[in-house]
Amino acid sequence: MPTITEILETMEYGPALENDKIARDWLSRGPFGHFIGGAFTAPGALFDSLNPARDDVLAQLTQGSAQDVDAAVNAARAAFPAWSGLSGHARARHLYAIARQIQKRERLFAVLESLDNGKPIREARDIDVPLAIRHFYHHAGWAELAAEEFAGQVPHGVCGQIIPWNFPLLMLAWKIAPALAAGNTVVLKPAEYTPLSALLFAEICIEAGLPAGVVNIVTGDGTTGAALVAHDGVDKIAFTGSTHVGREIRRVTAGSGKALTLELGGKSPFVVFADADLDAAVEGVVDAIWFNQGEVCCAGSRILVAEAVADRFTERLRTRLKALRVGEPLDKSTDIGAIVHPRQLARIRDLVAQGQAAGGVLHQGSAPEGCFFPPTMMVEVSPANPCVSEEIFGPVAVVMTFRTPDEAVDLANNTRYGLAASIWSENLTQAMDIAARVRAGVVWVNATNLFDANAPFGGMRESGFGREGARAGMAAYLRPARAGASTPALGALGPLPQSASTSGLDRTHKLYIGGAQKRADSGQSYSVIVDGALQGHAPLGSRKDIRNAVEAAHKATGWTAMSGHQRAQVLYFLGENLAARSVSLRAFASQAEIDDSIARAFYYAAWADKFDSSVHDTQSAHITLAKYEPFGVMGLICGEEAPLTGFLSLVLPSIAMGNRVVTIPSQSAPLATLELAQVFACSDIPAGVINIVSGPVADLAQTLAAHDDVAALWSAQPALTKLVEAESAGNLKPVWQVTEPLGQGRDFLLAATQIKTIWVPYGA
Amino acid sequence: MPPRTPGTPLDCDSFKPVNTPAAKRRAASMVARRALKGQYQAAWLLNAIACMDLTTLAGDDTPDRVRRLCAKARRPLSDEIVVGLGLNAMPQTGAVCVYPTMVAPAVKALEGSGIPVASVATGFPAGLMPLDLRLAEIRFAVDQGAQEIDIVITRAHVLGGDWAALYDEVAAMRAACGAAHLKAILATGDLVTLSNVYAASQVAMQAGADFIKTSTGKEGVNATLPVGLIMCRAIRDYQAASGHIVGFKPAGGMKTAKDALNWQVLMREELGRAWLRPELFRLGASSMLADIERQLSHHVTGRYAAQHRHALA
Repeated sequence: MPTITEILETMEYGPALENDKIARDWLSRGPFGHFIGGAFTAPGALFDSLNPARDDVLAQLTQGSAQDVDAAVNAARAAFPAWSGLSGHARARHLYAIARQIQKRERLFAVLESLDNGKPIREARDIDVPLAIRHFYHHAGWAELAAEEFAGQVPHGVCGQIIPWNFPLLMLAWKIAPALAAGNTVVLKPAEYTPLSALLFAEICIEAGLPAGVVNIVTGDGTTGAALVAHDGVDKIAFTGSTHVGREIRRVTAGSGKALTLELGGKSPFVVFADADLDAAVEGVVDAIWFNQGEVCCAGSRILVAEAVADRFTERLRTRLKALRVGEPLDKSTDIGAIVHPRQLARIRDLVAQGQAAGGVLHQGSAPEGCFFPPTMMVEVSPANPCVSEEIFGPVAVVMTFRTPDEAVDLANNTRYGLAASIWSENLTQAMDIAARVRAGVVWVNATNLFDANAPFGGMRESGFGREGARAGMAAYLRPARAGASTPALGALGPLPQSASTSGLDRTHKLYIGGAQKRADSGQSYSVIVDGALQGHAPLGSRKDIRNAVEAAHKATGWTAMSGHQRAQVLYFLGENLAARSVSLRAFASQAEIDDSIARAFYYAAWADKFDSSVHDTQSAHITLAKYEPFGVMGLICGEEAPLTGFLSLVLPSIAMGNRVVTIPSQSAPLATLELAQVFACSDIPAGVINIVSGPVADLAQTLAAHDDVAALWSAQPALTKLVEAESAGNLKPVWQVTEPLGQGRDFLLAATQIKTIWVPYGA
Repeated sequence: MPPRTPGTPLDCDSFKPVNTPAAKRRAASMVARRALKGQYQAAWLLNAIACMDLTTLAGDDTPDRVRRLCAKARRPLSDEIVVGLGLNAMPQTGAVCVYPTMVAPAVKALEGSGIPVASVATGFPAGLMPLDLRLAEIRFAVDQGAQEIDIVITRAHVLGGDWAALYDEVAAMRAACGAAHLKAILATGDLVTLSNVYAASQVAMQAGADFIKTSTGKEGVNATLPVGLIMCRAIRDYQAASGHIVGFKPAGGMKTAKDALNWQVLMREELGRAWLRPELFRLGASSMLADIERQLSHHVTGRYAAQHRHALA
């Protein structure tokens, strides 16, 4: 230790180590078993949990087997009736008790989290633990209010939850709090690298008097997670982690009937305009990618800076990153701690090397020997550089420039991901324009990495689907109480036409693509036989017709830009024209069905300008908007029942919200919908907003589900569930199984939109 | 003291917008990101003493009161603490800061110590006096022996956006200072917005201020870390543009040892080691010294201190 006189010369900060005895004492009770049915099991086959900063073993834990998972699911199943049967108030008391109990042991949680993950104690103490506590308080409130605010909704049952290693306790809170508030019971698998805080949480459950089996925790690696995902007794899977694993889970759960929410990776843009407060933006980068060692799914890792200020900005970043202190996580003056595991460190190094090989130039701070990586900025990169496209999950920012706002948006959206975005400009007019155009589930204006239990968090595109936090997060743990309607099965495709066999003048129906009637690419038609009689011939659509329809839908951007009122006018006009054309439609549908269709047009015209977004109460002096946005291009697979109403029941809510749709109509009776094309044309529905491709539904649905440029899919064909869910894994489009294909209501509008949460801090 | 800064022509293009919530966030996180424990905390507290403008600016100031303050400036700590900390010599404060009529007794009381006397001037604290009287007051204080003059700016020039008037006023005051150093008090609590603070900082430096200072201590809001952050950034930007190095002095409302540490962390993080020396950094405070002394006493003895066992300022 230097003398005071010596320190007065250097004015260094010196060590400020948090004492970890409290955590080491707690760890001495290991090795640990699982937490199943309200008690810890005897330890089984063990694996180590490491302290990455010092490369020592913190504890030994049990590798969860399929039998362990089975026991945990059974315990959760057994606890479900009583737990879901409790009053909301009774569940609220339990969640409140958990929040209080964590608060009483917050220091132990913070130290344990820092030891296990390698994150700075300051971040564990000031961010992870308080946010986790806040999540349980918030959801104690939702438990209290659920019956009132989510009338007609019931919990899924047993939820299997798999969480990552970057925010172990916080992700646990994000998963368990809403599940319990809604009345579910859970089996949670913490990450292999960071299971300790989950086991401490298990103790909290005992201390808080939570009924046995409501929360079960099984530790282990990916095989344990796979067993949980595959388990028949699980009703819902909620996963946070890599897009790679999320895609696998989507495939495995396809057709299983399990509900699914995924919160996956990101490569989020951090857009700095010339009129930004550049110093504020520099600190934003620190809080974005140099936060939590860059192991943050929503980290602003792609810096896009206006050419006009690029030199100034990168110069300041270079200076700033050198002042960051990398090292011992338990030191209170550490900015960047240890990388979670040597394997992750190797991955970061490998990706950075690839980026350099592709021409990237590094600017780095310093880091000690061991499992550490210095804060890094890579310049001289373009979108083709792997460090620009791949999620690194380390403290590495890439920097590119843009010339105009349009180019900023193009670059920002040039990614498979869509988790978050950060926009820096003192011109709110401009910032909000970019916020509206960027494809991301969370947008921070002049800020970054703001979180709150009452702000929906989740991704677009391949960053996953479903939201955590706020009302939307609760909705993900509930389902409609009513059972789905029984739907007619998909029959065999009608035979190819033998001869011109309809009486009278031949009636030609074509596909409807881009506002025009198009012959099927196959050059073929099939016979439509209704009630044993030939109704006519329908075009036999195929892969290329789907491709063309999706392209046409993409061009119809004007529809999405219109106001709700403008869309409402079009939908009312559509209803009016349905009435006027009812004579010609009656050849294909009953008057009752036509009347239903007109009513449906009015219903969604009514909604078009009333499905309001919300402003959430989060932090003071912040506006937190949860904005319902259309997906863009949706795929709709209609059922076989009531071909006209069945078609419009899917199309109208979708387009009312501003989507453009590619629709596969009823296979057995598509002519009514093709006849509608004429009504669309005269109802001012712009070309490309509604596209119809008739034909063999299974083949067309497969193409549509696999199409990477379709953002969401609805299916009213239960027989195709497994197929379309599995195919959707390609771009991880959400798939909504329409259980009431002739229904209408808010559920349809929620399924036709995704939430974009926009944070705008304010203050003069 | 370093040579006086010459100033540069007025340049309103140097202004920039400041995002207030972001500045507040940075200020809050900066002090949470750095901890000082044990020996290090003691050293940083000693450094705060060396950078302190020990101040009395009250209507009831008398020569005797000022003499007592000066005695404290010469011997801010008890011998017991000095020995306990392992120091070779008694530390001293950076300066003593008084009203112009109190400069003469202060200079006399500090004779031989090397501690400079700073004087407020220019119609402190409101500054709403005719310019010639304000300039005369500067000359009076300098004549009395003040080596540093803490002037106040006309807030109306900032609120009205009359930057040329502000520039001319500070430049005239600078000229009146002669060899004495000029510290420009921006009275940031009156300027309110951080964009105003940044612009006023730039103009004061361009007009030749050697230090920029937050507050008189008499505004509704005194020195705050977000204001300090923005003034530090202005100093850095001005240095980058002109090559001239300007000092910083927060003043008013800072009472605790923790405040002393926080402000030094701000300097170290935003401007660097050089701004932890009295040539470029002063803490304008009255009661802060007493708390620092108590903390250092605790560091040496391991016992919590009582105020009455330490010499009054």
